[in-house]
Amino acid sequence: MRPESTTSAVDQNEQELRQLHLNTEVISVINDAGISLRDVTKRYGNKAVVDAINLVIEPGEFMTFLGPSGSGKTTTLNMIAGFVSATEGLLHIYGKPVAKLPAHKRDIGMVFQNYALFPHKTVAENIAYPLDRRKIAKSEQKAMIAGALDMVRMGEFGDRFPTELSGGQQQRVALARALVYKPRVLLMDEPLGALDKKLREWLQKEIKRIHREVGSTFVYVTHDQEEALSLSDRIAVFNNGRIEQVGSPADLYEKPETLFVGRFLGESTVLSGAMASSANGETTLDISGHAIRVPGQLSSDSLAILIRPENITLCDEGTAPWASSSNTLPVTVLDANYLGSSWRCEVELPDGSTGTVRAAQASGVRQPGSRAWMRWNVECGVLLEDTGDEGVSLT
Amino acid sequence: MTLKRALGALAVLIVLWLLLPTLVIIPMSFNSAASFNFPPQGFSLQWYENFFTDPSWLRALGSSLQVALITMVVATALGIMAAIGLSKVKFRGKALLESYFLTPLIVPGIVIAIGLYSLFLRFNLLGTLPGFVLAHTVVALPLVIINVTASLQGVDPKLEQASATLGAGRLRTFFSITLPLIMPGVTAGALFAFVTSFDEIILSLFIQSPQLQTLPVKIYNSVTQASDPTVAAVAVIAMFTSILVMLTAQFATRKRKRASV
Repeated sequence: MRPESTTSAVDQNEQELRQLHLNTEVISVINDAGISLRDVTKRYGNKAVVDAINLVIEPGEFMTFLGPSGSGKTTTLNMIAGFVSATEGLLHIYGKPVAKLPAHKRDIGMVFQNYALFPHKTVAENIAYPLDRRKIAKSEQKAMIAGALDMVRMGEFGDRFPTELSGGQQQRVALARALVYKPRVLLMDEPLGALDKKLREWLQKEIKRIHREVGSTFVYVTHDQEEALSLSDRIAVFNNGRIEQVGSPADLYEKPETLFVGRFLGESTVLSGAMASSANGETTLDISGHAIRVPGQLSSDSLAILIRPENITLCDEGTAPWASSSNTLPVTVLDANYLGSSWRCEVELPDGSTGTVRAAQASGVRQPGSRAWMRWNVECGVLLEDTGDEGVSLT
Repeated sequence: MTLKRALGALAVLIVLWLLLPTLVIIPMSFNSAASFNFPPQGFSLQWYENFFTDPSWLRALGSSLQVALITMVVATALGIMAAIGLSKVKFRGKALLESYFLTPLIVPGIVIAIGLYSLFLRFNLLGTLPGFVLAHTVVALPLVIINVTASLQGVDPKLEQASATLGAGRLRTFFSITLPLIMPGVTAGALFAFVTSFDEIILSLFIQSPQLQTLPVKIYNSVTQASDPTVAAVAVIAMFTSILVMLTAQFATRKRKRASV
């Protein structure tokens, strides 16, 4: 009789949604989503920590919430987990409304930054804990625990206590514990934040592999943009309680929609200036007296152009003529660093601000203090509204 | 060098001063003469024999153990709940409430005793088992709260969140996760509660009745009414009971700590 009762539950759910005057299309989006947030808001007093967020996370997707601290990403995750209740909005997990469901009834897995393993239980007992809650027979548990430990390559550590393990090992046990009951949703709150760089990179690969293996919907919170870029199917960039942009790592990096997103992901050179002309899908800005062209048109008073450092080359003065498809700007080289795989130059732009140039070879580098021309293809510039988000912390 | 020696001598004196009144009772309890004169004359076990053959002394011991055990259970249960409540909530005046719970430690015992006496008179609780338990719980509760609060501070709140995501409700989380982790504090608090009740005299003097007397009350009465050296033997027995309980507390706490490291 189970299928019938499930259907009627879905029907009832749909009826509730219809009463909210949502159209059928929206209802089907909510029902088909892995996790759906609709106008989800969290207020403390008058302050909206999360402000009317709308987000659809597809089933099986690896979604990362990226943003600086205080941007609302962790609060949003805690609302999905059930630790924080939303002030307003609809929250659905696989079509089921969960806003009023306590955390222990949401059937999610969660991994914490500080591992949160139970110190008085062995590794195997930790992993057995969710199975006990689900009343799974001890005889069946054994194989499940062994399977989960094998998945995180911790097969021989079942009898250890958490305090006898390193940080990386503890986090792998925490992963096994959160996945052993095959939840459809796994939430991760800065899980690699307490680990050193090498271990972090290795565990990133492990998490990616595990995501492929289990196929659950992963929601991952981090303030580390490199981590977000390398792990995610899609990234939601949080800022001031709102989502600035949702997209694939490549989309966000190559086609940021706001200056905040452009600055937060990766390095960039930003040129601010007044509009000189705008026609035929191309805009020309006046950057300290130089006419700089950029594709796209925007109706805004203050505009900016964002260029990625690897798209910029440095040339010596007087090496004209330039191709008509390029922009050039005179700069002073401030600093040049060898990074192993490439060189990185900091340059002073005509207006006194700092830009970044990346060169693959030493020939693309100039001595600090020397004058040079910065050149890039017009197509590589991104026209954005200048919201003045200077000094975004990259950590 | 002389200063160091003087300090050492002072330290020895202080230790003796602290211990002598307690230790002097041991030879007195083996006195063969029926007096409290020091030093004792001869050696005899008559006062111990007296204690174990006199039904009124045994009844007092039984009452004391009964009251102390029930007080321990009640104070521990209430103290755990109070400590957890205080650790979870945040509100204005929380510090005030915390110190309020500890007032029985600061307010003079005689004040509580007089207050309880008038209340118990009104509610017919004088000289009853519930009366004794209620009174002793008042002074035992702060000790449980202090010990449990201290061990709760060592428990990561994320563990309770983790337990919830793994499918455990609040009650299950408390019994499977929180309680085992604060067990050292609970054990210490419970044993402190037991000892506090077992040794309590001021409140007990006020609420005693001829039918229900705890051991300290009976000792006090025998010393003031008749100079019966049996009290020396009783005092030694009471002292060693307390010491035994406190050593158990220490041992339990230390063993737990080692296991969790």
